[in-house]
Amino acid sequence: MSATDTAKLPAPAAAPDTAPRSPWGEVLHSLSRSGTFLTGLAIVVFWIVCALFGQYFVPYDPLASDIINALTPPSADHWFGTDQLGRDVFSRVIVGSRDILTVAPLATILATIAGTALGLLIGYFRGIVDDIVSRVLEAFMAIPVVIIALLAIVALGTSKITVIVVIGLSFAPIIARTVRSAVLAERELDYVAAAKLRHEGALHTMFVEILPNVIPPILVETTVRLGYAIFAVATLSFMGFGIQPPSPDWGLSISSNYGMIGGGFWWTVLFDALAIASLVIGVNLVADGVHGAFND
Amino acid sequence: MVFLGGQVLPGNVGRSILGPFADQRAVDALNHSLGVDRPLLVQYGSWIWNFLHGDMGTSYVFRAPVAPFVMDALGNSMKLALVAFVLVVPIGILGGVIAALNFNRPLDRIISLGGLSVTVLPEFVTGIILILIFGVWLRWLPIAAAWPKGAGFLTQLYYLILPSLPLFLVLFGYIARMARSGMIEALDSDYTRTAVLKGLPWRTVIWRHVLRNALLPTITVIATQTGYLIGGLVVIETLFRYQGIGSLIFTAARGKDFPMLEAGILTIGIVYAVATLIADFLYSVLNPRIRLGAEQ
Repeated sequence: MSATDTAKLPAPAAAPDTAPRSPWGEVLHSLSRSGTFLTGLAIVVFWIVCALFGQYFVPYDPLASDIINALTPPSADHWFGTDQLGRDVFSRVIVGSRDILTVAPLATILATIAGTALGLLIGYFRGIVDDIVSRVLEAFMAIPVVIIALLAIVALGTSKITVIVVIGLSFAPIIARTVRSAVLAERELDYVAAAKLRHEGALHTMFVEILPNVIPPILVETTVRLGYAIFAVATLSFMGFGIQPPSPDWGLSISSNYGMIGGGFWWTVLFDALAIASLVIGVNLVADGVHGAFND
Repeated sequence: MVFLGGQVLPGNVGRSILGPFADQRAVDALNHSLGVDRPLLVQYGSWIWNFLHGDMGTSYVFRAPVAPFVMDALGNSMKLALVAFVLVVPIGILGGVIAALNFNRPLDRIISLGGLSVTVLPEFVTGIILILIFGVWLRWLPIAAAWPKGAGFLTQLYYLILPSLPLFLVLFGYIARMARSGMIEALDSDYTRTAVLKGLPWRTVIWRHVLRNALLPTITVIATQTGYLIGGLVVIETLFRYQGIGSLIFTAARGKDFPMLEAGILTIGIVYAVATLIADFLYSVLNPRIRLGAEQ
């Protein structure tokens, strides 16, 4: 009996498969079945929880130094050892996700908003506007982000806002390009012609008619960009142009400790490096999953 | 643009060299001797004119002409980039080809997923992990790219292996992915089927028909990665304390040595333009369907 019971069980679950689903329901459904997406999501959620609540459950204050116990190797007291100021590496790695997880998403949101607006404009108007703006964007994309950031930060000084603006604006052209090509396809469709016949204004047509239809590529590009934003923030922090001390940020910790790894103090950098690696790979798995869900 | 970023934004050059407590007359005198009190357009004109004549200006910090510093650094960086390229181009293409020939089998999955994971990681993260493995634990390779003076070619190569590996890893993913998708497309094409059906041995089909077509897009990718490579060099050279163009720009940016910074970045721009030109040329040589300047 039990065998037939279990055999029957999938039936009600399978029934909704045949029922028509809204496009968004379809996407959510395929996301919930994508191993790539779920693995990535688990990693990202883990770090978000650490960023939000890490300070309440870490064993030590991540900023408290204890010079007598400086540079002790991993032990039962200090799971990941201590750094040159005697700060607990485990606590710092857990709390270290906080700054990068504020700066990188804000930069990505800025890039998405600016890039989408720009992409809609040049895709909708085409012609000379498109020609000029596209060339300028290409010129920008040819310069590595690190170089742009270096120049901007030298000129404007280091702050989280500068980092957000620099990364946001240097990613905006890439999003604009994606949006532009999506808009070019959409603007030939009947519903856009209908809006024009109704004498809707250009702004209305762009943002009310076309925008909802180009959300999928924007969403995919945004998740991909988030991965690169984390890459860029970590790199800038490592170079000393990003998040500033005494934040327990990962890139920053590596830059202040890697000078000593020749002495064998591997625990001061390894765990931070692995933390960045896991977060970047997690976000990229999510991006891969989202990409797959929209293109099936 | 580089000039504007470097020269205009930082404000008063004399003030930033002499510090906030310097006498205003001293600041004015220094500004005059550096020529930065002239109108902007005049400064820009003379800068471009001198640069074209090989005079890149005088470093604010070293009080010496910039050109020898930049040329030395460029030479060092080229060595590093060359080692990375010589390793990655054949291995990346080979990886992509093997993956495509084993399409959807475990070997393909390993190469594709592994390539993707290492590509998305920041260079300093893979760099740190590689330093720990090969430099600190195994002690096979030196952890700083500073060879003894007058070292021979092989010694230099030995010191350059570790710094080139993070660049290798990032580029490997891109190149392998392009080579793989190019191969899969070519294997699926009509001309491959024709070649197989007319009885050519499999080896000949792969070498003469598939590879030639599959590798064209890969060349473009390799060229566009030069831009990335330059951004990567800034990070890698800092991490390995290597006197290349990347660390030159980094040091100049930190020391607010604007002539050095501008010369470094302009040099990089020229290298990038030349690399793109060479790629276009190679592409047209390898692809008989596109001849530069051919009549339609």
